[in-house]
Amino acid sequence: MTWTWFHRLGSPPYVYRLAGRLTPWFGWSAAVLIVAGLYGGLVLAPPDYQQGDGFRIIYVHVPTAWLSLMVYTYMGIAAAVGLIWRIKVAHAVAAACAPVGASFTAVALATGSLFSKPMWGTWWVWTPRLTSELLLLFLYMGYMGLRASFDDTQRADRASAVLAVVGIVNVPIVHYSVVWWNDLHQASSVTLTGKDTMATSMLVPLLVSMLGFTLYFGALLLVRLRGEILRRERAAAWIREALA
Amino acid sequence: MMIQFHSVAQFLAMGKYAAYVWPSYGLTLLVVVLNIFWARRLLAHAQRDARRRLVMQEERV
Repeated sequence: MTWTWFHRLGSPPYVYRLAGRLTPWFGWSAAVLIVAGLYGGLVLAPPDYQQGDGFRIIYVHVPTAWLSLMVYTYMGIAAAVGLIWRIKVAHAVAAACAPVGASFTAVALATGSLFSKPMWGTWWVWTPRLTSELLLLFLYMGYMGLRASFDDTQRADRASAVLAVVGIVNVPIVHYSVVWWNDLHQASSVTLTGKDTMATSMLVPLLVSMLGFTLYFGALLLVRLRGEILRRERAAAWIREALA
Repeated sequence: MMIQFHSVAQFLAMGKYAAYVWPSYGLTLLVVVLNIFWARRLLAHAQRDARRRLVMQEERV
């Protein structure tokens, strides 16, 4: 097996061009899947026997909560790769992840709150799941704040990467909080082991929506990554070509 | 799977959960649209700045 593809992914001009070509594929497939998933969730899925039509909030709550964790994982891994191998593109990926992850963590918390009020009778409770998800938002914000405090992009990359890597500890805490502790938040209905606890007619739109939001994040990441790469490249001849 | 509602009014009422379901969807879609705008703005600004740097380099030569 050759490793040329891996080396190419560290090359800013190659990634810049590749990202530009891939963006519409991710963007349009995401649009189709999100529309289909949300239509399925809002209109086609049967109401829940306990939560009635209120359960339809999960079709936006679960995908955004999923994004909040997935994006942080990508950010932490990219930051670690950037720190260890000093790869500029990896730092650019981490920087591109943060604002997207932060905004969807906020949406996951807000939609969770809107779900919590009619079901639990309160907007907020300090349970492990909710508290660790709130900490996730603060980690994203700390990461962005730390970046903003440096004028020099390279120093911002290295300092913020340390925070991103340390914060990864929180990701399994958020995910397993409902298993480890007796949380008010219900346990996962969707699992990788296939023991899903939802009816198929409810589950399919949720999976479609989650896949749609994942591809949507991919499209955002590709666009942001190109911007972050341009910011990091000074006086590179390929930029003249790329912007022509 | 089939359509679960008999009328638009019933759909909009969402059982008794309209006040929670619609703000959830509205907020999510708002942030989806905002993120597209923010990402494109970031790229556009980076391209503009890169062009400026190229022009400054050419003037120096």
